[in-house]
Amino acid sequence: MNTEAVGKTYPSTTYAVGREKIKEYAFAVGETNPLHLDVGAARAAGYRDVVAPPMFAVVYSAPSVTPALFDPEVGINFAMMVHGGQEFVWGPLVVAGDGITTTASVKSIEERAGNGFFVFASESVNQDGETVCRATWTNIVRGVA
Amino acid sequence: MNAGDAIPELRTTPDRFLTVRYAGASGDFNPIHIDEDFAKQVGLPGRILHGLWTMAQVARAQTEAAGGPQSLQRLAVQFRGMGVPEAEVEVSGEVREVRDGVALIDTRAVQNGKAIIRNAEAEVRLPTIQE
Repeated sequence: MNTEAVGKTYPSTTYAVGREKIKEYAFAVGETNPLHLDVGAARAAGYRDVVAPPMFAVVYSAPSVTPALFDPEVGINFAMMVHGGQEFVWGPLVVAGDGITTTASVKSIEERAGNGFFVFASESVNQDGETVCRATWTNIVRGVA
Repeated sequence: MNAGDAIPELRTTPDRFLTVRYAGASGDFNPIHIDEDFAKQVGLPGRILHGLWTMAQVARAQTEAAGGPQSLQRLAVQFRGMGVPEAEVEVSGEVREVRDGVALIDTRAVQNGKAIIRNAEAEVRLPTIQE
């Protein structure tokens, strides 16, 4: 396997978090907590605006992580790829109006038992410089050897 | 929440069009999730759930148990097999230990008797009791 892409870092992207996008995401995953849906409830609880569910990290990270997955230098065969594992570590909550800057990189590429393990890392920082999420994305490509 | 306690089970049945709504909400339009014919062409039984939607159900079980989104500090999962629409997904979990106000929870998502997320670990900050 070609492991030359290990350590490669991709251009940062900044995602503008919108109130209606949070609501759309919350409905799609079944979140009913008013902090995600009702700006009045969010403000009463001390937040500037509606709060993104933690897993909304998928949405603001994607513009940086997706180009890494599709990078020809990484060389993933998508027909054989499965999402093997995922980790998120969260910092302060993200709210509507935030601008979240994410940087993705290739953490490791390894072969184990004939399968390729492609691990990506991403870090997301808000407009105040606080790390709101660190993520590890593990994709397994069957039959690389 | 103490070591050995179970968190309340979360049960949800993704409807037929859930994967379409989640594709729009998340931006993941991989046709294996939204196009029945395409999914079958690549050897799947039909459209499958997005793994990250299922992970969001695991996350929701933790935040609902611990009192809100601010509680969830970390979630790590392994995906296995595949989830499908129109069958109930059940999330369960047990507290392994509590240290410095943070509960470490072993958790999983099961559908049709099989774990579609397994070996998952969550860390949730427990609410502090206000006097």
